[in-house]
Amino acid sequence: MDFPILSSLILLPTIGAFFIFFVKSSNKTYQASKYIALFIAIANFIISLYLWYEFDNSTSEFQFTENRVWIKNFINYKVGVDGISILFILLTTFVSTICIITVNYTVSTRLKDFLIAILLMESLMIGVFCSLDLVIFYLFFEGGLIPMFLIIGIWGGKRRVYSAFKFFLYTLLGSVLMLIAIISIYWFSGTTDIEKLYSIGIEAKYQNLLWLAFFSSFAVKTPMWPVHTWLPDAHVEAPTAGSVLLAAILLKMAGYGFIRFSLGLFPLASDYFVPLIYFLSLVAIIYTSLVALMQEDIKKLIAYSSVAHMGFVTLGIFTMTQQGLEGSIFQMISHGLISAALFLCVGIIYERTHTRLINQYGGLVSIMPKYAVLFMIFTLGALGLPGTTGFIGEFLILLGIFKKNIIVATIASIGVVLGAAYMLWMYKRIIFGKIVNENLKELMDVKKVELFLLCCLAFPVIFFGFYPEPLINTIEVSIQNLLDIYNFNLASYQAKTLYD
Amino acid sequence: MIDINYILPELFISISLMFILLIGVFKKNSSLLVYNLTMISLFILIILLINLRSLPSNSFFGSSYLIDELSNYMKTITVASGIFVLLTSSKYIKSINIFKIEYPVLILSSMLGMMVMISSNDLIVFYMGLELQSLALYVLASFNRENLLSSESGLKYFVLSALSSGILLYGCSLVYGFSGSTNFNLIADNIINTENGLTFGIVFILVGLAFKISAVPFHMWAPDVYEGSPTSVTIFFAILPKIAALTVIIRFLYVPFLNVIEQWQMIIIFLSIASMIFGAVAAIGQNNLKRLVAYSSIGHMGYALAGISTGSNQGIQSSIIYISIYLIMNVAFFSCLFMLRRNDKYFEKIEDLSGISKNHPILSLCFLITLFSLAGIPPLAGFFAKFYIFLAVIEKQMYFLAIIGLLSTVIAAFYYLRIIKIMYFDDAKQKYDVDHHLGLKLSLIISTIIILLYFMYPGSLVEIINKINLI
Repeated sequence: MDFPILSSLILLPTIGAFFIFFVKSSNKTYQASKYIALFIAIANFIISLYLWYEFDNSTSEFQFTENRVWIKNFINYKVGVDGISILFILLTTFVSTICIITVNYTVSTRLKDFLIAILLMESLMIGVFCSLDLVIFYLFFEGGLIPMFLIIGIWGGKRRVYSAFKFFLYTLLGSVLMLIAIISIYWFSGTTDIEKLYSIGIEAKYQNLLWLAFFSSFAVKTPMWPVHTWLPDAHVEAPTAGSVLLAAILLKMAGYGFIRFSLGLFPLASDYFVPLIYFLSLVAIIYTSLVALMQEDIKKLIAYSSVAHMGFVTLGIFTMTQQGLEGSIFQMISHGLISAALFLCVGIIYERTHTRLINQYGGLVSIMPKYAVLFMIFTLGALGLPGTTGFIGEFLILLGIFKKNIIVATIASIGVVLGAAYMLWMYKRIIFGKIVNENLKELMDVKKVELFLLCCLAFPVIFFGFYPEPLINTIEVSIQNLLDIYNFNLASYQAKTLYD
Repeated sequence: MIDINYILPELFISISLMFILLIGVFKKNSSLLVYNLTMISLFILIILLINLRSLPSNSFFGSSYLIDELSNYMKTITVASGIFVLLTSSKYIKSINIFKIEYPVLILSSMLGMMVMISSNDLIVFYMGLELQSLALYVLASFNRENLLSSESGLKYFVLSALSSGILLYGCSLVYGFSGSTNFNLIADNIINTENGLTFGIVFILVGLAFKISAVPFHMWAPDVYEGSPTSVTIFFAILPKIAALTVIIRFLYVPFLNVIEQWQMIIIFLSIASMIFGAVAAIGQNNLKRLVAYSSIGHMGYALAGISTGSNQGIQSSIIYISIYLIMNVAFFSCLFMLRRNDKYFEKIEDLSGISKNHPILSLCFLITLFSLAGIPPLAGFFAKFYIFLAVIEKQMYFLAIIGLLSTVIAAFYYLRIIKIMYFDDAKQKYDVDHHLGLKLSLIISTIIILLYFMYPGSLVEIINKINLI
C-alpha cells in the first residue's frame, strides 16, 4: 500500500483544525467552521471504514505500516494497525463525528475553539492507536491532555477548574513514570520500535519495574481503583461532548495500552502481577458499583459505572485467554458506544432542565416517549442484556475468568448483578413513577438531530449484539498471535529457570 | 602566527562597540542610530560566527583561548538571543524612558564578555570575561534609575555578585596553588586525585558559577532582580548569562576535572535536584509574571545541570539542547509579556491576563503553547528538551535524579496551568493595545512556530549538537 492512509487519518483532523482557526468568528461564518469540522470528521470516518474493508483478517502482521526516519539513528516515525488497534480507530472516528454533531447544535460560546479542540483530540487519539514506536506513542498519549484540559476547563460546569486540574495532574503524574520506563527500555534494548521489541524481548530482571511504571500510567487512565477519583469529577464537570470523548475513547487508550504494551512487552511481569490486577479490578467492580448505587447525580452514576466496566476490561485482559482478551476488546468497543450514548442522553435532558439530579426527574415516559425507548436500549446495553454488545463483552470476559479462577469469576458475576441494579434503578427513577417536578411537563421530546445521533449509536449496539462475527473475526488472529508470543515467553523462561 | 579569522567575531564586536560609543558621544540625539547600528552589527556578527563553523578547531594565546564546536555554537545562540532581546524590547525601552545610547552599548559589551567566557580555556581569561559581562549587567539592572525597584535590584545584584566573584577567585587561586597552572589543559595534566585543597577550589568555583545561573541554594538574588529590572533587561538576564555560565561550567568540569568526577558529581546532582524542586514549588505562590519566570528559570537550570551531572557526552549535548530550547521558550514568553500594554503602561501581574483569550485569541494561543511547552507537555519543544536530558540521565542509570526531575515537572505543571486557567477560564477584562511593532510580532511568531513545529524535525538540532564532543 503506497498511499499513507494512516498518516492521512492522523493529519486530516489537524489540517481541518488549522483551517477552522483561520475562519473569522462572526455569526455567519460559524456555519463555515461547523461544516468544515463535520466534513472532515465524516471524511475521516469513511477513510477508516475503507481501512477496515481493506484490512486482512487472516494475518497478525501489522498492516498499512509506514516507516520514516524521524530522528536519525534513534527513533522512526512508525505507524501501522493490526486486529487489536483497527477497531479502536473506527470507534474514534465514529465517536468524534458524533461529538462534532453534538457540539454543533448544543454549544453556543466559542464554538470554533471547541471544534478545533475536538479535531486535535481526534488526531491524537488515532495516533495513539496506530503508533508502533514507544516514543511516538507517548507523544500522542500525552498530547491529548492539552485539548482535553481546555475542553473541561472552558466549557465545563461550576467546578470545572478543579476538575480540569485534577484530570491533568493525575494523568501527567501517572505518565511521567512511563516516560522513564520508555527511556530505560531504549537503553536496555537499543530500540523503541514495538515490533523489534516483540521479537527481542526484554530481560526478565527489568520486567517487573518497567511493568509497574507502565501500569502507573495506564491505571490512572483506565481508571483503576484507587486512582479513579479524577474520573467522576471530570465527567460531571465536562460538557456533553467532552464526557463522550472521555468515556468512549480516552479510557480505551489505557485498555489498549495494557494489551499492546503490558502483555506484549512484559509477559513475565504480567504473569507475576496477575493477582494485583485481579484484586484491583474486583475492588473496582464491586466498590464502584456500590458507590454508583448511591449517586444522586446521573452523570456521576454513569461515571462510576464506567469505572466498574473498565474493571471488567482489565480483568478480561489479564486472564490471558482468547475469550478473555476478545471479550475485553469487545467490551471496550461496546462501552465506548453505550457510554457515549448514555452521556448524550443525559445531555439531552440536562439541556432542557439544567439539572442532573435524579430526584428532580420522574415520569418522563409520558412526556418523552421516544427518549424513554432510546434511553432504555442503552441502559439495557450497559447492564449487559443479551442481544446487545454489552452482553457479549461481559459474557466472554466471564468465560475467560472461569477458565482461570472460579472465585474471581464468582465475585465478578456479583458485579454484573449490581450493574443491573444501579442502571435499572436509575432508569426507573428517571423515566417511570409520578411526575414530581412540575417543570418537566413542558419538556419537548427528542429533536430530529438527537434522534438521529442516538439511532446511529443504537444501531451498532444492537447489530453487533446479535451478530458479533465481523468484530470477532477482525481481532481473532492478532489476539491468537499475542497469546502465542506470551505463552512462548513464559514457557521458555520457566524452562530456563528449571535448567538453571 | 594567529589566523585572524578565528577571532574576527571578538575583534569585530570590540571595534563596533567603540565605534558605536563614539558616535553616541559626539552626535546629539543619536539613540535611534546607535540602536540600529547595534542591531546591524549583531547581524554581521552572527554571519561571522556561522562562517567560523567551516574552520577546524584551534586554540590561541598559549592555548588559553579556544575556538571549537562548543564555543561556536554557544556564541551563535548567544548572539541570536541578543538579537531577539533587542527586537522585542525596542518599543518598551522607549516608553519607559531608557532609550539612551548607553543601553545598546552596555548590551554589546556584556555580550563581548560572554563570548570571552565561552571561549576561555584558562581561569584568568574566564574571570576577565565574567567580570566584563557582570559589570555591564549591574548597570543594566539599575538602568531605569527613577524606579526604586530597579536601583535596588542593581545594587542587590552587584553586592551578591561581587561576593560570589570573590569566592570564585579564591577557588581559582586554590586550583592554581594545587595544580600549578591556570590553563585547563595543564591543570588536567597536573592534578593529583587526593588533594583536598583542589576539591575546595572546585567547590568555590562552582559556587560562583552556580550563582550566575541562579541554581539553588545561590538563587536568592534572582526573583528580586528579575522583578526590579526593566523587562527588557529581565529577558536578557533570563537567557544570555545562563548560556555563557553553562558553557563555562561544562568546560571547567569536563576539561580539567573529568578524571575526578566523583569529587564534583554529587555537588552538581545536589544543585540540580534542589533547583528543580525549589523552582517548581516556590513558583506556585507568585503573582508577578517576572518573579514567576525567575523561579521557573531556576527550575529549568536544574534540568540543564542534571544533564551536566552525568559526566558523558550525551549529557553535555542534552544540556546544550535544553538551553537552546529554553531560550526560544523564554523569547516567546517575554514577547507575550511585552504585548500586555495599554496606553504605554505595561502589565506584569498574573491577574492582568484574566480572560485575554476572548479579546486576543492569537496572543493567548501563543502564550498557551509557550506555557505548555515550558511545562514539558508533548508534542511541544519543551518536552524534547526534557526528553534528551532524561535520556542522558537514565543512560547513566541515575534513576533517582530522573524520578525527582519528572515529579517536579508535574509540580511545575501546576503553576503553568494556573496561568492558562486565568487566561482561558476566567472572565475577560479590558482590551490591550494591539499596535505592536514588527520586531515584537516577528519574534513572537517565529519562536512560537519553532516551539510548535519542533516535533516535525527534531533531528536537525540534534545533528548540529552531536558534533560537540568534549570527551
